[in-house]
Amino acid sequence: MLELKNICFTRDNKKILNHVNLKIENDKFIVITGPNGSGKSTIAKIIMGIEKPDEGQVIFNGKDITNKTVDQRAKLGFGFAFQQPVKFKGITVYDLMRISSGKELTKKEACEILSQVGLCAREYVDREVNSSLSGGELKRIEIATIMVRNPKLAIFDEPEAGIDLWSFQSLIQVFEKIQQTAKGSTIIISHQERILNIADKIILMKQGKIEKIGEKDEMLNSLLIEPTCCKIQGGGNG
Amino acid sequence: MDNLDKELLKEVSNIEGELEGAYNIRKNGKATERKITQNTNIITKKDQPGIDIIVKENTKFEIVHIPVIITESGIKDVVYNDFYIGKNANVIIIAGCGIHNDEHKDSEHDGIHRFFIEEGAKVKYIEKHYGEGKGKGKKILNPITEITLKQGASMEMETIQIKGVDSTVRETRGTLGQDTNLVITEKIMTHGKQFAKTEFSLELEGENASTHVTSRSVAIDKSKQEFISHISGDNKCFAHVECDAIIKDNGIVKAIPEITANHVDANLIHEAAIGKIAGEQLIKLMTLGLNEKQAEEEIIKGFLR
Repeated sequence: MLELKNICFTRDNKKILNHVNLKIENDKFIVITGPNGSGKSTIAKIIMGIEKPDEGQVIFNGKDITNKTVDQRAKLGFGFAFQQPVKFKGITVYDLMRISSGKELTKKEACEILSQVGLCAREYVDREVNSSLSGGELKRIEIATIMVRNPKLAIFDEPEAGIDLWSFQSLIQVFEKIQQTAKGSTIIISHQERILNIADKIILMKQGKIEKIGEKDEMLNSLLIEPTCCKIQGGGNG
Repeated sequence: MDNLDKELLKEVSNIEGELEGAYNIRKNGKATERKITQNTNIITKKDQPGIDIIVKENTKFEIVHIPVIITESGIKDVVYNDFYIGKNANVIIIAGCGIHNDEHKDSEHDGIHRFFIEEGAKVKYIEKHYGEGKGKGKKILNPITEITLKQGASMEMETIQIKGVDSTVRETRGTLGQDTNLVITEKIMTHGKQFAKTEFSLELEGENASTHVTSRSVAIDKSKQEFISHISGDNKCFAHVECDAIIKDNGIVKAIPEITANHVDANLIHEAAIGKIAGEQLIKLMTLGLNEKQAEEEIIKGFLR
């Protein structure tokens, strides 16, 4: 479905991605993990077209999309949840969801999705996506804007960043649901053990390279034995 | 009334079909249609062009329409409208001016609106300005609004100028008595070489007077805008002024805030922010499938909503 071929990305004389090769199959739930600065977020941005690689190709369903813009990739069925959700002035939750759905979305449809991410829909649908919303609320709205697209490839960049652990515990249920019900592939950048736990495959990155790829069980064991390579944050049972 | 008049009226006051409440329609410098109600009287001034609008005390939920349209090129229309709102009355006043100018001469409307709002009365005042037409003649609008709020009175003023006005200087002055509240929301968008200047001068005289002024503006192409506010707190009072502007192309925006506390319990805040559309906002909307131009339009539409 998605293939990264020989991707290189250098900024400020630092090699952030160094000849990365990766294949992501259909209908898989992939978690990319690794220490800070290993290039995880950059990979996510390169897949979405937010950053352009210095070298290499991005192939989607057999077609080279390296030069396609962000919106062109969105139209191909890509969805991207930002690590720090973007705030606006005047744009409401419903506006974002309507734009994202690409159709005349009804308020009822928007509310159904907001409920799925654990927000009391009636209270939120007409609220502005601004700093009056908490980090946890913004993350849920961000996820709702992805879910409403039914993307073929959904990318979530560190959904745990910037929110308290309690909020994240309840968000995990949303990801568990996405894992069970989403039709396309999902890529999540995460350090959270509970997210790693629902992955089909785990990719470990280190110093701009893919250190290891494997099935969840095999990878989790080695990551837990060798915790220095990746600061895995335990999710507890909450 | 021809189709052009109807279109202009629709733009400035959403008037379609039969009007509710009292109204006075002014066209090319003359009153053309008027209706009064049991609670609202409208009288033509004798000493100068304009009308007195008198709303009886204790009037509940009355709507008053005072639209102005100009379709003749070269007209300079100056009008003095005074609104006397009786004690505890609750009214919505919709004023607005639409200019259609297809010729080379300038068309101008200067509306001087004075509000005398008695104790406990509530007013919502909506004012929309709009210009259109293919001619080289400018469409000029210079409104002055003067507001006097007596004890316990409140006013919400919404002023909108989104399209087609070449030059505007808008002045709003207010005197706020005890336990009064004035909320002003201004939305302005300028294009081409248009110029817009708005100036607010508010005196918070009474104890517990409060005001909230929000100005959101977008300056595109080579247009210029100025936002000036002078707020004085003379008693225990609260004021919040917020000026937020988006600039694009070679648009210029200047914001000059002035807050003066003449009393130790005056709490006055001014915030001003000017900048282009944040790149991350554009990218976010592009990840949802909009191209850059569409993303920009959505951001501006939301901002000026």
